[in-house]
Amino acid sequence: MIELLKSFLGDSLFVYLIAAALPMLFILPYALVAVLLEMKMAAHIQDRLAYMYTGWHGVLQPVADILKLLQKENTVPHVADKFLFALAPYLIFIGTYAGFAAIPFSSAYIGSNIDLGVFYIVAVSSLVVIGIIMAGWASNNKWSLFGAMRSAAQIVSYEVPTALALVVAVMITGSLNLQDIAKFQAGGIQNWLVFGGPLPLLQKILIMPFTFITFIILFLAGIAEVNRTPFDLAEAESELVQGYNTEYSGMKFAIFYLAEYANMFLVSAIVVTLFLGGWASPFGNALSGPLWGFFWFVAKGMFFIFVQIWIRWTLPRLRVDQLMYTSWKVMTPFLFVCIFAIGLILVL
Amino acid sequence: MVLYNLAFYFFSLITLASASVVVFSKNIVHSAFALLFTFFGVAGLYVLMMADFLAITQILIYIGGIMVLILFGVMLTNRTIDVQIRTGSIQTFPAMLIVAALAGTLVGIFWSTDWKISPTAIGFEKTAPEIGKMLLTNYLLPFEIASIVLLVALIGAAMIARREKKA
Repeated sequence: MIELLKSFLGDSLFVYLIAAALPMLFILPYALVAVLLEMKMAAHIQDRLAYMYTGWHGVLQPVADILKLLQKENTVPHVADKFLFALAPYLIFIGTYAGFAAIPFSSAYIGSNIDLGVFYIVAVSSLVVIGIIMAGWASNNKWSLFGAMRSAAQIVSYEVPTALALVVAVMITGSLNLQDIAKFQAGGIQNWLVFGGPLPLLQKILIMPFTFITFIILFLAGIAEVNRTPFDLAEAESELVQGYNTEYSGMKFAIFYLAEYANMFLVSAIVVTLFLGGWASPFGNALSGPLWGFFWFVAKGMFFIFVQIWIRWTLPRLRVDQLMYTSWKVMTPFLFVCIFAIGLILVL
Repeated sequence: MVLYNLAFYFFSLITLASASVVVFSKNIVHSAFALLFTFFGVAGLYVLMMADFLAITQILIYIGGIMVLILFGVMLTNRTIDVQIRTGSIQTFPAMLIVAALAGTLVGIFWSTDWKISPTAIGFEKTAPEIGKMLLTNYLLPFEIASIVLLVALIGAAMIARREKKA
């Protein structure tokens, strides 16, 4: 992609700026669709209609919401740390957006085709934790600080199962490059890692249960990393008002919202790329190509957004001890067993 | 090459500016957050030296691990937020001696080192497989010792944190 742009514009700073801005062109419309989907699904799960007046069945409501947020007064608490208060939402969004740099949207587009893509995403997503702590502390509000502390503890704990689940995928594909991992699974639905990957038949059958467990755990740990129900202790409304973003209003609040939805897609994108073939078409060589690749990638990603929203509006919230129990005593040991078993099967 | 220089000065500026905030800020939480940008700038400089694995490890360990730990430490320790950390000068003379000695050593190393400068950009090579092979062959013993030390530290931390109070 960068080579293509270079052929038009020469080797200048603009090429890199344009290449860096491309995921933004995806995130902004996606966030509008996801917000609408969230509200509509929540309403239908709870047997109501949600917005019906702005446009056909209320489809223009997210646009109206954004216009409203733009006009809102930007309040800053008198005792807040003004500088850090202003910086925090941007830091969180930067941490999320940086992750998009290594996501292969299609066989032709990846922001930066680095060899350590998987490792890079795990590393930069830790900026989000710092941003959350910064927002919580700078607000100078008990609920915000409590929410930030819970959220940071949760994200740090769930980074362990996430990283271990990534190791499983890296072990099978033998690469840390997300583009290579997606290519490895091309050639039809039977080659996706969740179904054992393109290995010899016996190995594939033996490995399938373990990759399937890993896939489920990676997705659940991902939901925990974006602080959504059933792991949304950080913003437990009944206890903490709204958590670390309680004091924010106007555009700064909108940026938190945007970062949350972008992070949801990032998590889905990682799951899709590692275990469900990324941009690879489920029908082998039929309907594949760079543009179809983009279509399949977004379709699979949106499916997991759908599942995340579905889970959010059907399950209750976990308690803090249950949350830690799930991470350390269920997910982590299961993944150790998976890593050991898969290693053994691959060696034999 | 112009872009490379631009990136180098950008990351150097981030590192130096935030490092001076760490030292001169009167608010300890501001210092802790400024340290984040110092780590980030250094990681950027590693990337410019084509050490991508080292740069990502720097972000993962220092920003994702140690920074979070420092922030928790600063925020949860009693009364550190209220206490004003003063940056004044005491014991000027011994401090000057130590600083002079340290600066002299650093400058000496800087001049006497035979810097390997490549006239053209080398580009990224696959560093991760090489590092992995080295760790499991030539440097196996230090690698295992480091893991055992970390394991012992982990068990020790859990022991201390979980010690049950006698009723």
